[in-house]
Amino acid sequence: MLKADIQLRLSRLDLDAAFTVESGEVVALLGPNGSGKSTTLRALMGLLPLAGGQVVLDGTVLEDPAQHIKVPPEDRPIGLMFQDYLLFPHLSALENVAFGLRAKGTDKKAAREKAAQAMARLGLDGLAEAKPGSMSGGQQQRVAMARSLVTDPKLLLLDEPLAALDVSTKTDVRRLLREVLRQSSAANVLVTHDLLDAVALGDRMVVIGDGQIVQTGTPAEVTSRPRSRYVADLVGVNLLRGTARGTVLDVDGGGQIVTTGAASGAVLATVSPTVVAVSRQRPEGHEPNAWAGQISAVDLMGDRVRVRIAGPPEIMAEVTPRAVDELKLDDGGELWASVSPSAITVYPP
Amino acid sequence: MPPALAIPAIAGLAFLVLPLVGLLWRAPWATLPSRLTEPGILSALRISLLTATLATGVSLVLGVPLAWVLARIEFRGRRLVRALVTVPLVLPPVVGGVALLLVFGRRGLLGAWLDSAFGISLPFTTAGVVVAEAFVAMPFLVISVEGALRGADARYEEAAATLGAGRWTAFRRVTLPLIAPGVAAGAVLCWARALGEFGATITFAGNFPGRTQTMPLAIYVNQSSGKMAEAIALSLVLVVVSLVVMVFRRRLASGD
Amino acid sequence: MKKILAGLALVAMLAACGDNSTDTPSGSATSAASGVTGNLTVLAAASLTETFNQIGKDFETANPGTKVTFSYGGSSGLAQQITSGAPADVFASASPATMKTVTDAGDAVASDAKVFVRNQLVIAVPKGNPKGIKGLSDLTKPGVKVALCAEQVPCGAAAKKALDAAGVKLTPVTQEQDVKAALSKVKLGEVDAALVYRTDAKSASSDVDGIEFPESSGAINDYPIVVLKNAPNPTAATAFVAFVQSEPELKVLTDAGFQKP
Repeated sequence: MLKADIQLRLSRLDLDAAFTVESGEVVALLGPNGSGKSTTLRALMGLLPLAGGQVVLDGTVLEDPAQHIKVPPEDRPIGLMFQDYLLFPHLSALENVAFGLRAKGTDKKAAREKAAQAMARLGLDGLAEAKPGSMSGGQQQRVAMARSLVTDPKLLLLDEPLAALDVSTKTDVRRLLREVLRQSSAANVLVTHDLLDAVALGDRMVVIGDGQIVQTGTPAEVTSRPRSRYVADLVGVNLLRGTARGTVLDVDGGGQIVTTGAASGAVLATVSPTVVAVSRQRPEGHEPNAWAGQISAVDLMGDRVRVRIAGPPEIMAEVTPRAVDELKLDDGGELWASVSPSAITVYPP
Repeated sequence: MPPALAIPAIAGLAFLVLPLVGLLWRAPWATLPSRLTEPGILSALRISLLTATLATGVSLVLGVPLAWVLARIEFRGRRLVRALVTVPLVLPPVVGGVALLLVFGRRGLLGAWLDSAFGISLPFTTAGVVVAEAFVAMPFLVISVEGALRGADARYEEAAATLGAGRWTAFRRVTLPLIAPGVAAGAVLCWARALGEFGATITFAGNFPGRTQTMPLAIYVNQSSGKMAEAIALSLVLVVVSLVVMVFRRRLASGD
Repeated sequence: MKKILAGLALVAMLAACGDNSTDTPSGSATSAASGVTGNLTVLAAASLTETFNQIGKDFETANPGTKVTFSYGGSSGLAQQITSGAPADVFASASPATMKTVTDAGDAVASDAKVFVRNQLVIAVPKGNPKGIKGLSDLTKPGVKVALCAEQVPCGAAAKKALDAAGVKLTPVTQEQDVKAALSKVKLGEVDAALVYRTDAKSASSDVDGIEFPESSGAINDYPIVVLKNAPNPTAATAFVAFVQSEPELKVLTDAGFQKP
């Protein structure tokens, strides 16, 4: 089990994040670029010194600046899978995988046998003598996985493991990785910016932003009730922040919407873009939530289109390409948005 | 190609190549085999090859770790240290010889102690030749290896650490193989420089056939006493060796 | 870039102007009348360094408008330079053998060469004679390091002659290319003894003691001097050769330890 209290003073920001990871658990560390996710992994590995805090793994204190304890990386029972794998170019795949075992004293023959088994488990038969340069991205990724797993680390850190793969390879490797992580008894921390990876591979999500943890929870909890703009954008929902007075919600930054909830005080509200109706004229009928605003963006995402209306409050609506034509959304201008109160989810921040 | 460039270029080429042509033209081809096997010449050749190789060995043992420190470790005054290491490159070799005498000579800074404590005296010995050659040639190796280390991704050493390798193991199994071409190229350059050294050798190690008279010294002695044929024969050997070395180094540097 | 090229051109021009033997500096009436004026290049054996520097100054004082430049070295090396075409006016060597190299090559007329001094060998030891050298046979004692001139250099040839005559088999630690190099090894304390000329030991008397030995009289070196055939300044060259052999200048030489011819 990992008990981490990471305090770092970096050039760009100060990071302060404390979290735990149980043995056998996979925690997905999610956050925008530059939020310090990869740096957290490096700090856990010991490649970067802590400014404060503590790292305790299975009861052993690996680092504690206050007590002047710092175990060097090579002595920590931690494995790290780099984003660009860093397979040793001058060694064959088998020698790469066996490297960690031999470094810790296992004799050559036993190390190579164990490495061969690890490679077989990941479907890498026949690649033993191949050099990294001659392998495909997916093969390299699996060799890197085998290399960090074969030493049976108590904590496995994965830095954007699927980022360098193309879309088709990603799906297969994601499936494989899920199997491997499920069978592992180590604590696992996975850094990613891809929500799909976090949801598919993680038992728990930890969201980092502006140098601190902004939300933790199961993937379901986090995606249904995002507490940060970042997660909301990732999930693809509208997130509104405001103050509620019964069924009326005063949105921060302007505007008012009507909900079906009975809350008071500071709240968050989510609205799925699919339930936002748009029109060029004010909608007929009694729509409690209808407002107009300038079209600020029209984005094509596959077979759907997302329209962003400035409001206030700012809202994103999902429409069909046909609607784009009919409403001439590409010309910009004013657009009306309307949402049914029952489609709005309100919850405390 | 514009004449303004072509003419100086051709002149430059001629300037560098004609002396070699001169050597070939005046070479005593008929008597070459017998001259080259004269005992004096063979011993000069033997001493040159032996001392250049030993000097390169010394440079590798001391220079590679030094290059590693300069490339990987941040410390105050690193720039100054690097500048000091390259001083033998720009120092006139004979000045190097004088300086070596002042340190390792019989009354030198360290030499006096070496003599009284261990009975070791470096001037006028073959070991002294190795010292003189290593002094002028080691900087070539250090610079070359430092460059290779800087070019090598330090993150591989990090990866090795994450896999449990201590610093020495990481250096031995990861860094060294990755910089091997750079080290080899530097060693070849070092060897060639050591082979051609004259000023420091004659000043520090003296001139004695069979013990400290290297090829360059033998050429000089022969030339200054009018034995041109011998001087040319020896010069040809050095030219051939140098050409081979340069070709070899090119292949190493381009990474084979 | 242009600045660098201009700078290089300037340096080259200055260097070229600096040494021009056909260049005549503004002279006085006396030099114009005698015709002895201009630059003079003298190649001389290393053992003549101190004395010839003095003689050169005296010559310039006696012949205003002249400038004497010396190049010292082992006589065999200098002879080599002359036969390879080095521009010089006068050659003063430390042995007839090295002078013969020059006359045989046609760079001087043999009958023109005159012996102007003689020099004898001594054993030079560091001041105080720490190893207690008394004669040639002491040089072969264990632990004694000796520097000799190379055999093709006059002082080396004389040393060989003397050692052979004494029946002493000596293995030096180094064979130097001129006598001053051998002397400096003694001065530095790198060797315990060297066979050099009496004049050399005298010139370095603050650092070095000269030990006389009987066999040296059997290996005395005659020093010939000659005007070279292709001398750029033959008038001044002839005057210099005569000057060297004049009484006052001969005294400079004998004071330094040379012997009369």
